[in-house]
Amino acid sequence: MSMIEVKDLNLYYGDFQALIDVNVNIDRRKITALIGPSGCGKSTLLRTLNRMNDLIDGVRITGSVIIDGEDIYREKTDLIRLRKKVGMVFQRPNPFPLSIYDNIAYGSRIHGIRQRGELDRIVETALSRVHLWEDFKDRLDRFALNLSLEQQQRLCIARLIAVTPEVVLMDEPCSALDPVATANIEELMYELKKDYTIVIVTHNMQQAARVSDRTGFMLLGRLIEYGDTGSVFTSPRDKKTEEYITGRYG
Amino acid sequence: MRKFRESLIEKFILLNGLASILFVILIFFFLAKDGVALFKTVRLSDFLFGIFWDPLAEPPQFGIVPLFLGSLMVTFGATAISVPLGIACAIFIGEIAPRWMREFLKAGVELLAAIPSIVIGFIGMTMMAPFVKKMFSLPTGLTALSGAIALAFMAIPTIVSIMEDAISAVPRSYREGSFALGATHWQTIYRVIIPAASSGIVASVMLGIGRVIGETMAVMMITGNAAVIPRTILEPVRTMTATIAAEMGETVRGSDHYFALFAVGMVLFLITFAINLIADAALHRERK
Repeated sequence: MSMIEVKDLNLYYGDFQALIDVNVNIDRRKITALIGPSGCGKSTLLRTLNRMNDLIDGVRITGSVIIDGEDIYREKTDLIRLRKKVGMVFQRPNPFPLSIYDNIAYGSRIHGIRQRGELDRIVETALSRVHLWEDFKDRLDRFALNLSLEQQQRLCIARLIAVTPEVVLMDEPCSALDPVATANIEELMYELKKDYTIVIVTHNMQQAARVSDRTGFMLLGRLIEYGDTGSVFTSPRDKKTEEYITGRYG
Repeated sequence: MRKFRESLIEKFILLNGLASILFVILIFFFLAKDGVALFKTVRLSDFLFGIFWDPLAEPPQFGIVPLFLGSLMVTFGATAISVPLGIACAIFIGEIAPRWMREFLKAGVELLAAIPSIVIGFIGMTMMAPFVKKMFSLPTGLTALSGAIALAFMAIPTIVSIMEDAISAVPRSYREGSFALGATHWQTIYRVIIPAASSGIVASVMLGIGRVIGETMAVMMITGNAAVIPRTILEPVRTMTATIAAEMGETVRGSDHYFALFAVGMVLFLITFAINLIADAALHRERK
């Protein structure tokens, strides 16, 4: 069974319809990439998966998003539980203006873990997972905003892993990074795929081709094409997809 | 030609910048010149640690302790009232209130800042003092507490407006990051937004205190003007500022009394200077 099933999803910002009849199934423990030109709705679609669009005024949604058999747009959905399960990494690294330790421990603390020993263990595990532990194990009190951008983005991923999500949503996670840092983060995504379902939005078609198992191409609010990354890039069924990936527009 | 004009303009601006520093230094020397003159006849320790302020006694007593404690008590009381209220108000305006209400409340707070302090003095004298008197069954309502309440209303606009700016300046991405980890709004406010805005919050409190400690007219009207060491906040006090305002007109220029008032002014100057330095340090705090 798919991890996430999106059915007949429509989303409106006021009068503007940003998503039109989107249907997509996202596989467990795979990387799914969403590509398309700016303003096509790929970030909006990503943000419907953990209901981050709720923070914006005037958003209206019809259809359903079923995660693990539960429709997250039902009335009684517990947003806190949902976001614990479906975490997000943002375009610009956004560590909190706290120490490295407090950043990682943040999620655990808000979900009620207080014992120092347990927090220490969570911090070590999460930082090891993103390969920051060796560098910072003696400097966990460093102010997080003084790290390099790549380290900050790793820290944000670690902060997310620390709350043990099942799905990791990434909204252009490398767009603020240089090529070397981008390659490092991509490698990290590849490692994380073993344990997490990853959905990534990207501008960068080569990135989608490199890291993802499945790719969806979006245009003007519609999901035009969705399939295995290899076939979407080598033999797209839709003419518009072909034009986009060969660089005719975008 | 253009280069010459540029450099002329730059020098002019430099001059303006230096002028404000120069004025501060001049004001301090002006205060110090007459203030220090007191210590030709009165010992410094008698001034700083003397517990009687009675310029008309024989010999005259110039102990600043009762005035200092008066100022301290009123300022402390006003801070204790205005800081929690101000923080709550700023968080509500900056984080919780819907947009239309936010504009409305901000305008209201700024209007509060525009009320002349003498008007607050009026209200304090006619409404608050009788209330305090009745509430605690005191012989007089003109007490340190009444002054503290009135001054709290003067500090709140400063505190709220600077603090709200600091809270609004916290990047949206911190809020999103916190919500995306499953935090509630309140958890986000006290674990991320308040720490992120902490330097602005400290600065706003310090500037609020600076405003309170320098305030004169309202406290003169409300605090009862008794230059004695207060034992509780429910007794009349007299602040340093009120002493200078009340007695300056009656002194003979060049007398010890005259110099003593300047010395009090000097102490006041040093206190506000220190408070502003702390506020400034808080605003420009470097993180390791």
